[in-house]
Amino acid sequence: MSTAVVSQKKSTTASKIGHWMLNNGALVGLIALCVGLFIATPHFLTIPNLINIGIQSATVAILAFGMTFVIVTAGIDLSVGSVAALGAMTSAYFFAEVGLPGWITLLIGLFIGLLAGAISGISIAYGKLPAFIATLAMMSIARGITLVISQGSPIPSAPAVNALGRTYFGIPMPILMMALAGIVCWFILSRTVLGRSMYAIGGNMEAARLSGLPVKKILVMVYALAGVYAALAGLVMTGRLSSAQPQAGVGYELDAIAAVVIGGASLAGGTGKATGTLIGAILLAVIRNGLNILNVSSFWQQIVIGCVIALAVGFDVIRNKTSK
Amino acid sequence: MVNSEQALHQHDPAPILQLDKVSKSFGPVNVINQVSIDVRPGRVLALLGENGAGKSTLIKMMSGVYQPDGGQILVDGKPTTLPDTKTAESFGIATIHQELNLVPTMTVAENVMLGRTPRKWGLVNFKHLRRQAQAALDLIGVDVDLNAQVGSLGIARQQMVEIAKALSMNARILILDEPTAALTGREIDQLFKVVDQLKEKGVAMVFISHHLDEIARIGDTVSVLRDGQFIAELPADTDEDELVRLMVGRSIENQYPRSAPEIGQPLLEVKNLNAEGRFTDISLTVRAGEVVGLAGLVGAGRTEVVRSIAGVDKVDSGEVIVAGKKLRGGDISEAIKNGIGHIPEDRKAQGLVLGSSVEDNLGLATLASTARAGLVDRSGQHKRAAEVAEKLRIRMASLKQPISDLSGGNQQKAVFGRWVLAGSNVLLLDEPTRGVDVGAKVEIYNIINEMTEKGGAVLMVSSELPEVLGMADRILVMSGGRIAGELPAKGTTQDDVMALAVSQVDDSITEEAAAEIENTKEDR
Repeated sequence: MSTAVVSQKKSTTASKIGHWMLNNGALVGLIALCVGLFIATPHFLTIPNLINIGIQSATVAILAFGMTFVIVTAGIDLSVGSVAALGAMTSAYFFAEVGLPGWITLLIGLFIGLLAGAISGISIAYGKLPAFIATLAMMSIARGITLVISQGSPIPSAPAVNALGRTYFGIPMPILMMALAGIVCWFILSRTVLGRSMYAIGGNMEAARLSGLPVKKILVMVYALAGVYAALAGLVMTGRLSSAQPQAGVGYELDAIAAVVIGGASLAGGTGKATGTLIGAILLAVIRNGLNILNVSSFWQQIVIGCVIALAVGFDVIRNKTSK
Repeated sequence: MVNSEQALHQHDPAPILQLDKVSKSFGPVNVINQVSIDVRPGRVLALLGENGAGKSTLIKMMSGVYQPDGGQILVDGKPTTLPDTKTAESFGIATIHQELNLVPTMTVAENVMLGRTPRKWGLVNFKHLRRQAQAALDLIGVDVDLNAQVGSLGIARQQMVEIAKALSMNARILILDEPTAALTGREIDQLFKVVDQLKEKGVAMVFISHHLDEIARIGDTVSVLRDGQFIAELPADTDEDELVRLMVGRSIENQYPRSAPEIGQPLLEVKNLNAEGRFTDISLTVRAGEVVGLAGLVGAGRTEVVRSIAGVDKVDSGEVIVAGKKLRGGDISEAIKNGIGHIPEDRKAQGLVLGSSVEDNLGLATLASTARAGLVDRSGQHKRAAEVAEKLRIRMASLKQPISDLSGGNQQKAVFGRWVLAGSNVLLLDEPTRGVDVGAKVEIYNIINEMTEKGGAVLMVSSELPEVLGMADRILVMSGGRIAGELPAKGTTQDDVMALAVSQVDDSITEEAAAEIENTKEDR
């Protein structure tokens, strides 16, 4: 190890850049993709298209930030797509059917996300259910409740919620929400006791427990946080359409997991960063956008995205091997 | 040396496996240096050496896990290489590890034949499966139900299944890595009966154990290793003191630098602690400045007692009092707040977050207590981690380095450092020097000395009797979940401790309790 340090000090700028590129594979891939797309079609690098990409990536990015907490603790949350729909639908229901003020229904939506996440967290931490199973159950339950509330039809949402999908002073709110959610995610993970505890729990739950960390409480908070993030993503989606859709967010949990993993997190836990997740989410959106511009059918897009996920993780495996 | 070696082996058959001046380095560390070992059919070769002497590296070279950097391996007198475990198996070399390679949910028969399941039209041929498995079990003359689930068997029976599995693959060389560590006295007798039978059948065996009496009972010759060097090959019935002298290579006084500070007030008092199936009626006191050793066999309940004091496991009744304050119990953070620091027995699985940095590992217990409004005190944690790493002489490239890069001894110092940072003055040490090399051991003993000089109290569980005798001021010996007696450190011999340690093991009631302890361990 001491030799590694010496060689790092001696290393030239070129190998430093190589090292950096190896450690930031997703970012390098994103930049390369953007350059490639710009060469292929000048339409790619226009302000409206970039804003479009930002808006398109916002929902998945917000879900993925929440998912980052979960994956850092070596967990998984399959329910975020359904919870997004449930939070949004509950909010719309209380606005359209009950008649509560818009901003209250917005808070209700977020609270429902918190509640759903906390229930998953409690059944994982205290009920000892595997995270995969507990959140699979919540995925089904949350979707079911959404359908029951909505009777299968869209419900118009409150103006306060719709504001989340609009553009003010040239700034699209979905992008602002994504930035806000990302900053909070970064702050929690890097600066707070809660965040640092997540890394310890994901790295070695037993060592964390024996060092006095309240592992179970933290796990409940982690899934509750993921639930709030999911609900926020659902409200943003709703805002763009001005109505809550019963089938909103179906399959989004997989996009969120993909974004986190492309961003460099390991499903084994203990690693993951907000910046990585953001890059992962944007990468997914750029691929979709680029293929759309290039008139590639959406069927092919799924194949490409699958390849990118496999490539990103395979790249990480190689990186970990060479660094050993 | 050459002459005595010829004399030692003049009536022995030719070796079937030879390591000829093999060496192995990991980075700059020379783990094995020009060691030669001959394994002969029908003979038991015991490997003796302290932790870190290189025994496990050596057997990993025999079983194809590691390749030697220098020297050569000969099978049946022909130079060869063992690039992987498959090749070693094809030469008939099988290793029985402490952690058995069995599938607990499958039957005995399926486990014996695992990977070689007989088929008929692509389906499992259960008739052949059972017949071949039975033939393997008959080889060692052990009566085990073929249809029993392996997980339902005791650890001794599982070991027999594993040995039968190895033999059914035509193993000629069996490497037994501390096979007796988890066994009771009677189970050890049974294992040794099997070993004797296998000797008669011409199987060569390499036997690793820390117990000199076992080596004398079952071994033919013993090879002593120290710090990766071959020291001597001797008849297995060589005088124990001589073996210890060769193994340690220096006098005990230097190796255990215990300084006895003034003894103060009781810091840790445990009164009538009971936990069904784990331990019974445990009472003990550790005073400021004192190191109390907790000795006993594996499964005697030592770890369970320490875990309960640390608040990891709940107890049925009894009191834990720290510096006059009674703890509610079953609450780790309460124990930590009152000054208890717990160094668990398995450093990698329980002590460290291996993927995290040295700094994060050091600061784990103080993460929340030093925080302001939920925010980590980053600069403070960093500064204090740097101070304690310096003080404990943790050798590393930087505080940001992953702790997995560090040697076992430096990793363990980091676990100590965590509790130094937390200001713990009651340290519960569970096998504090397991897997730590000799030099780092002394450094850890010095840390223990410093803690007690500052008025700390230390309760130390250790299976290494020389360590207990050398570092503890008093020794409590546990047997069958009870404290069987107390011995002063001065003038006590290993035999005195062992006599107390086995005092409750031989009656069948406690043996059942021991089995239960094993089970509860597995449940966790």
